[in-house]
Amino acid sequence: MNKMSVSERLGVNKYELDEGHPHIEVHEDICRVKCKDLACLFVCPANVYSEQNGHIVADWAGCLECGTCKVACPSDALDWFYPRGGFGVVYRSG
Amino acid sequence: MTDHTSVDKFDVIVVGAGVAGSTAAYLLARQGLQVVLIERGPYPGSKNLSGGVLYTHSLHQILPNFWEEAPVERCITNQVVIFMTGSAHFNIDYKDEAFSKAPYNAFTVLRGKFDRWLAEQAEAAGAILVPRIRVDRVLRGHQGEVIGIAAGEEEMLADVVIAADGANSFLAQEAGLRGRIPTHQVGVGVKELIALPRETIEERFRLDGREGAAYAIVGYATQGVAGGGFLYTNLDTISAGLVMRLDDLVQNKLKPGDVIEDFLSQPMIAGLVKGGKLVEYGAHLVPEGGLAMMPRLVADGILVVGDAAGLGVNNGFVIRGMDLAIGSAAAAAEAILEARARNDFSTGGLGDYAQKLEKSFVLADMRTYARTPEFFSNDRLYHAYPAMLTDLMRQIYTHHAVPREHLVSMFSRSARENGVSLFDLVRDLFSGVRSL
Repeated sequence: MNKMSVSERLGVNKYELDEGHPHIEVHEDICRVKCKDLACLFVCPANVYSEQNGHIVADWAGCLECGTCKVACPSDALDWFYPRGGFGVVYRSG
Repeated sequence: MTDHTSVDKFDVIVVGAGVAGSTAAYLLARQGLQVVLIERGPYPGSKNLSGGVLYTHSLHQILPNFWEEAPVERCITNQVVIFMTGSAHFNIDYKDEAFSKAPYNAFTVLRGKFDRWLAEQAEAAGAILVPRIRVDRVLRGHQGEVIGIAAGEEEMLADVVIAADGANSFLAQEAGLRGRIPTHQVGVGVKELIALPRETIEERFRLDGREGAAYAIVGYATQGVAGGGFLYTNLDTISAGLVMRLDDLVQNKLKPGDVIEDFLSQPMIAGLVKGGKLVEYGAHLVPEGGLAMMPRLVADGILVVGDAAGLGVNNGFVIRGMDLAIGSAAAAAEAILEARARNDFSTGGLGDYAQKLEKSFVLADMRTYARTPEFFSNDRLYHAYPAMLTDLMRQIYTHHAVPREHLVSMFSRSARENGVSLFDLVRDLFSGVRSL
């Protein structure tokens, strides 16, 4: 198997995108003060979180809904809840 | 408190149509109760992901010979444990034909198909399945007891709510049954589903017909992070993945998405998935804290089952969750029927659930493996021991122009080189024997 990037891998998945309704919110004011590790930037299997122009951005559309980021966030700076009913990742095989 | 008199009332609301939720819904609907089974995905299974091995015993008790009807993939006959370093691997390979005869021991399943089928059984028994509904919170009565659920503008009432909403269980947290999940009590599971022709899978894994293989891989699979890898054969796909303990992953600052690709490119693994096509990439939290992470199981009007109750056993050879989830659902259903006969759905009235679980294999097994998570937090399992094993094998098979040593002196030298003392060895061996 050829190596694939995470975004290429997410590309084979099925999603019902809930446009305009992000299910993740990053409270940067908390991160900046309380968080040293910024674990969200690496623990997410879908690489949802990245740092862009000094801001932590959540590209929530590719979220696999595992909840890893929420458990790993030491400062409760993530508002992370499931997408609205029927939306988000749709595992065909699972 | 709001007035809920105009709202629909059911006997039981089950939140989450995974294996625990659908089993509970099936058992209760079969007894004539009005059961609503709520699923946030477009269909049951669409949010669920597991490595994929279902040990059959608990579901077989409820739906005898379910494998004749259910969409199962392969029955597991080949069990392999691999100790892997970056350049070598050492296998324990066990094949047993007893496993290929009914009642089968274990099957691989794909949850998108299997959970859908199980929810259909609940529906056929009379449960009402409501997909595409995300439950936001529980509703409480005057005494603080749980009396139903709210989803957006909708409210539903019931005598009992079953929280079968998975590893993250927001409902159990909200009902005050458990607090925040600590990072050392969960593993991050990542999985790639890789398609290959059926015959190729059967050749590479030495399978006959519907036989299947389950590989557990320790050591370099996770680049030394506490946890392990797995490879399971389905009919025409392979489930390949890793489970890594979250605290250790954070400490090592590794990205699961990279670690899994590296795992798949290890020669031992690459040869098995060669030429395959990725058809799905998923991730899921795995309850790994064992007995220590189990929440309170019951509060007034609510009880918690399956992953939401932290039920999981990982002893290095096998990773179990679904059979425990089904066992817990059966105990919950029985307790609810008894509570109903007494018309008492308070903590006391539902309290038999904990006792039934205690008497069943579910808590017995959780107790047997109560020390296992601690054993597996030992760093030597992921670095020193796989290295020592492969060192030893290398020396056994390597011959050059120096005199041979006895096995025991090879072994003690390898232990020394890997920083393992005799005391460590004895202690770890003792701990392993006690906890596995």
